[in-house]
Amino acid sequence: MAIVNLNVNGKSQRVEVEDDTPLLYALRDHLEINGPKYGCGLGQCGACTVVVEGQAVRSCVTPTTAFQGKAVTTLEGLGSSAKPGKLQQAFIDEQAVQCGYCINGMIMTASAFLANNKNPTDAQITEALAGNLCRCGTHQRIVAAVKRYIATA
Amino acid sequence: MNALTRRDFLKASGAGLLVVSFSMKITEASANYGLMPPKSVAKDQLDSWLTIDRTGKITVFVGKVDLGTGTKTALSQIAAEELYVPFERIDMIMGDTATTPDQWLTGAAITLSQGGSELRIAAANARTALLTRAAEQLKVPLTELSIKDGMISATSKPNQTLSYGELIGEGFQIKVDPKAKVKPHTEYTLVGKSIQRVDIPDKVSGEHPFVHDLRLPGMLHARVIRPLDMGATIVSVDDSAAKQIKGYVQTVRKDNFLAVVCKDEWSAVKAANAVKVTWSAGRALPAQDQIFNYWRQLPIAKTDITQNVGNVDAALSAGVKRVKATYNFAVQTHASTGPSCAVADFRDGKMTLWSASQATHSMQEEIANITKLPKDSIRLVYLDGSGCYGRNGHEDATADAALIAQMIGKPVRVQWTRQDETALAPKSPPRSMDFEASFDAQGNLTGWNSDFYIALNHIAAFKPLDFPLLASADTGNPRPGNWVGFLFQNSAAPYVLPNIKVTTKHIDQTIFRASHLRSPGRIENSFANESFMDELAAAANADPAEFRMKHLSDPRALDVIKAVLKASNWQTRPGPNPASVQGEIAKGRGISYVRYNNAITYVATVAEVEVNRTTGQIKVTRVCVAHDCGQIVNPDGVVNQVEGGVIQTVSRTLMEEVKWNGSTVTSVDWASYPILQFPDVPKVETVLIDRPGQPVWGAGEQTPTTVPAAIANAVFDAIGVRLRTIPFTPASVKVAMAQAPKVG
Repeated sequence: MAIVNLNVNGKSQRVEVEDDTPLLYALRDHLEINGPKYGCGLGQCGACTVVVEGQAVRSCVTPTTAFQGKAVTTLEGLGSSAKPGKLQQAFIDEQAVQCGYCINGMIMTASAFLANNKNPTDAQITEALAGNLCRCGTHQRIVAAVKRYIATA
Repeated sequence: MNALTRRDFLKASGAGLLVVSFSMKITEASANYGLMPPKSVAKDQLDSWLTIDRTGKITVFVGKVDLGTGTKTALSQIAAEELYVPFERIDMIMGDTATTPDQWLTGAAITLSQGGSELRIAAANARTALLTRAAEQLKVPLTELSIKDGMISATSKPNQTLSYGELIGEGFQIKVDPKAKVKPHTEYTLVGKSIQRVDIPDKVSGEHPFVHDLRLPGMLHARVIRPLDMGATIVSVDDSAAKQIKGYVQTVRKDNFLAVVCKDEWSAVKAANAVKVTWSAGRALPAQDQIFNYWRQLPIAKTDITQNVGNVDAALSAGVKRVKATYNFAVQTHASTGPSCAVADFRDGKMTLWSASQATHSMQEEIANITKLPKDSIRLVYLDGSGCYGRNGHEDATADAALIAQMIGKPVRVQWTRQDETALAPKSPPRSMDFEASFDAQGNLTGWNSDFYIALNHIAAFKPLDFPLLASADTGNPRPGNWVGFLFQNSAAPYVLPNIKVTTKHIDQTIFRASHLRSPGRIENSFANESFMDELAAAANADPAEFRMKHLSDPRALDVIKAVLKASNWQTRPGPNPASVQGEIAKGRGISYVRYNNAITYVATVAEVEVNRTTGQIKVTRVCVAHDCGQIVNPDGVVNQVEGGVIQTVSRTLMEEVKWNGSTVTSVDWASYPILQFPDVPKVETVLIDRPGQPVWGAGEQTPTTVPAAIANAVFDAIGVRLRTIPFTPASVKVAMAQAPKVG
């Protein structure tokens, strides 16, 4: 049993979790944050991605306790449907979504990548997203959204 | 209780969703969870299709569901068009069995054609009814009336406008006239426009209500425990370790149905892993490397001649040159990114289910059968899951949730694991197909004979009452039926030939529990038809596109092929590519053409590949698609689906096959059932042919049918080798290269 203090999307949160509770469940079940998704629980698909200290993190395989005192950004932290952030807007402009289940992972992974790579090549973009799986085949539009963000940032 | 923001309220009430809107709790007293009260759903009653409130807000009710394909937006365009209102005025409820009419399941590429046309007629009826009321109130003839933005005015009384809200009264209270006059397509202002999808802003901000995100007060979390051995049953259960998990509530068991129920999701994960089950042996599966031989030896339950022209036996006997080929398509699975999930609440004899099923209305019967509740006591509320591409695990998860809720009397959420979804969700059945054709002495293609070994589709049309839901089988009602789709479709030869015989042999088994997987039947049959036509073109030393066009007379078929040739800068020449004779990386292009069901949408696809002769790796570099689906409702929506269909099917063609060992499925996660990743995604270019005034046809299932053969034909063009078994893995490419006779 552990008390973990997190800063989630700018707000202080305190969760009581088991020592082995992955961050994904602390966010979804304890804090009712829906952005990060359960896709595999194995760290294979990226649907659960959040950003911690600038790094994309697979929240389904990392224990909450590892983030004691840390700032966690989820999809909701980038903007809302009423007021989307720039990267989210790029996805809207490119209509880069089908079922949408993978999109949290795509945007959060891209967000961390873009913070550290201002002018990536196409190959670097696809390499950065390689570990994020999409079954609907929205890949081309997702890359277009990332490039649109870069072009308009 | 926190105050609802106006936005929350509109979102919740507009979508018929929980007032909770996923961000706040409601008390137990709000037992109806803020769901819209049941209303008329009879298809012949206009009030079943739409309601208008005093403010003029229009709510449209459809039985079709979005499934992430964008049809909610397209259907809303259709409704707004007929009602002469701005697009934003439409709210749409989909798939709620208590409030929407049953339009049959969502699939089969008919959402916009069948679903949309029923909606269009209903909306046209509503418009006519409102105009009629306005004419009475204003005391003017109907011919004087016009509508702008939902306001009706008369030319002789321009200062008196009436809104829909003022005219609606107590609803329409009339029957739907199927002959209602619809708006001429020449006046369309919304249909045909690339209106941005209504669901995307929510999906990019974490606000979209997926079924996975639903939280009910007092909701428990359940995980069902099932074996990977097909057919294994429970011998013994030891849940003593599970009981030690903090958050454990109870174990649920009925015959072979076993689940743990916990207070939170992580406890459920741990408790499920802590239960020790002894399983019986599963049923033996045929050896994987012999699957197609095994499939073809199975007893044939039914034989149909789906096409018979002229005298094919005579043509083949008289043929100067004969070409034969056999094609196989592996067992694949939907592999949805989001493992299936459903939520159930059972109280006062009433079952409410929140489900991502593509068939919520018919699910009522399936659930009634398992729970022994009357169908009328069961309500399914559709919420999006992740893309399903056919019947994946969503219906099973729904049945699991219903069963557990009934047994424990508390609201429960069932989350399937990645392993459940990949290994246990229904799969497509295997396919094997034999072809033979003949040329005469003048080089004319004279005869075409094909035999398709397909799985028998048990289910009587339109009602999946016998579908083998796991919850049903686990509780003593195995339901041996299959609902694999009408797999004979697109078996017919797509070309004009003097002698054709197409035979479908229906096998009464599927190896694994099977269901329809995107473009069921059409994708496998078109792979074979279009690969074979390509082999014939090569035998005739003809350019593959010209050879096809020579045997087509339908102008729309010719148009779509010409469009893709232009888009791909196709060089007219026979295959293989003379420029690829040497070198480690061989480049090639291939074409395929499909008219979906031989009746609706036309698609022509050119794939360009690079084949590594050393490793056998195929890289699809570019795919051009020309697409004619009649009147286009939302062009960008079509392009989105075409692109998605290409990329998904490249993955299936190159990589995907379910694997097993003995009686155990070994494809259980993304490592053991990999799909295409970003670096391997081709560039996709789409050319849309719009046909305003023509019937609206589907745009989701069609493109996938063209992709496997386009790739196979491109590989032939690159290395002179035919790949006839899906998937085209590097290992299978190397085997084919080693076995192939040298070309040229």
